[in-house]
Amino acid sequence: MSTLLEIEKEILSDFELFDTWEEKYHYIIELGQKLGPLEDKYKIEEYKIKGCQSSVWLNGEERDGKLFFSADSDSTFVKGEIALLMMVLSGQTAEDVLEAKLEFIDALGLRQHIAVTRANGLASMIKQMKTYAFAMSSANK
Amino acid sequence: MTPFNINKIRSEFPILSEKAYGKPLVYFDNAASSQKPKVVIDALVDYYSTTNANVHRGVHFLSQKASTAFDAVREKVKTFINASSEREIIFVRGTTEAINLVASTYGRKNIGQGDEILISAMEHHSNIVPWQMLCEEKGAVLKVIPMNEKGELLMDQLPALLTDRTKFVSVVHISNSLGTKNPVKEIIRQAHAKGIPVLVDGAQSTAHEVIDVQDLDADFFTFSGHKILAPTGIGCLYGKLHLLEAMPPYQGGGEMISSVSFEKTTYNEVPFKFEAGTPNIADVIALGTAIDYWKQLDRKAAGAWEKELLNYATKLISEIPTVTLIGIAAEKASVVSFVIEGVNAMDAGMFLDTKGIAVRTGYHCTEPVMHFFKIPGTIRASFMFYNTKEEIDALAENLTKAIALLQTHSVA
Ligand SMILES: Cc1ncc(COP(=O)(O)O)c(C=O)c1O
Repeated sequence: MSTLLEIEKEILSDFELFDTWEEKYHYIIELGQKLGPLEDKYKIEEYKIKGCQSSVWLNGEERDGKLFFSADSDSTFVKGEIALLMMVLSGQTAEDVLEAKLEFIDALGLRQHIAVTRANGLASMIKQMKTYAFAMSSANK
Repeated sequence: MTPFNINKIRSEFPILSEKAYGKPLVYFDNAASSQKPKVVIDALVDYYSTTNANVHRGVHFLSQKASTAFDAVREKVKTFINASSEREIIFVRGTTEAINLVASTYGRKNIGQGDEILISAMEHHSNIVPWQMLCEEKGAVLKVIPMNEKGELLMDQLPALLTDRTKFVSVVHISNSLGTKNPVKEIIRQAHAKGIPVLVDGAQSTAHEVIDVQDLDADFFTFSGHKILAPTGIGCLYGKLHLLEAMPPYQGGGEMISSVSFEKTTYNEVPFKFEAGTPNIADVIALGTAIDYWKQLDRKAAGAWEKELLNYATKLISEIPTVTLIGIAAEKASVVSFVIEGVNAMDAGMFLDTKGIAVRTGYHCTEPVMHFFKIPGTIRASFMFYNTKEEIDALAENLTKAIALLQTHSVA
């Protein structure tokens, strides 16, 4: 398993291939479409991060001392955003997730576009992922 | 009559030749805010370059120049909506502030425990929340004129909704999310027969129709400058003079007083009573320029062109498989709202954005409308007289592409 920062670097070098917002949009949509399914039992209120224009369902689970996420959204673009986060955070230790600064997000050059998803934006998804990490690390103490 | 010269008109709006991501900008978010002709933009620059000073307070040259230009606009607005006196025109920030002003002055004074306020099922949040706040404060009740699946008000239910307890009616003239043109004149007629005053939210209608508040017999009428080619931050409240005179003031401060002592303050006359503080001078003056623009525009031809755009877009978009139009009232303004099976509205809106096409997605500040249709929001394209059929072609073409990319496979 690569470290969090290594994965962030890889994503950034992928993004360097794209010059335009259109290319980035298509890449994120593709990530969203490829994101593995979320079991139906998690598609309930308890797992929901409610937003203005889309909803996200997010679950975090511990396996072999690592934290794994699964998620779904009614927006493919938002799913793509989650997929980006999961590439970095899923499969890491709770401590690494808690400490992740995720500085790569700013470097993607998406800020003006993801503003529309802000009500349900990356910030609330990241917060929810960190909540899972916090719960896991507290339980293991 | 000269034919409607769309190219000439487009050349008057600098932003229409801008690019978005290197592609020609297609601006279909006019219901949210209109673009501005160069004359309006120039009016702002000119004001700050040649006229800027506070109004009504100075003995000096610039203050008098600013005051004269400022005062002239009240007269222009009066003619624009055919009010009977310029004293009936109050400058506010926009429709939202206008409705809040009426709710917290007329409403506070005249509406009490158990009284009813009647609105419609397709109100913008700004014509819901101020009344809910008033209801909460006074123990009054908010009632709603329902609508049908086409997005038309159920007018046959109106007589029963106008009860002995109804103290105020506030309805939208043209719905921003559905495009429906409501029969406000008839609503006013029925309300007046029972002695109930009516506010008409003209935020959308002022851009698409010639407004005549006397013909409507509206007691209050509101509009926002930014939706009618003028800058943001300026709008108007029209109110019948006798109602305005009987209303308590809104905010306290300078301009709205006639004399102040620590024992007692007497208020200025209408309209100044409702305009505390230094007004938005620059934007008022530019609103005047926008009204001049409307005056020289062939509004009949502009209206006919918008109707043609509406019909063209309605046909093209409704022919796209899996698209459902939301809001198909017989009487409509140039707004096309729709949903696509298996495609999230925001995803489609972002796809269109990558092509330089600006639409709005979501609730459009009319969440109850979305609940009524049991949808999580729509994609809305709203047209102005400066839009073209070629732009609508681009919209339809790219919608088809968006669907091909985004539609989940479960859709047959
Ligand atoms: C029908 C309607 N009413 C009220 C408003 C509020 O106008 P403003 O935001 O300019 O105050 C709008 C604008 O979105 C509208 O479309």
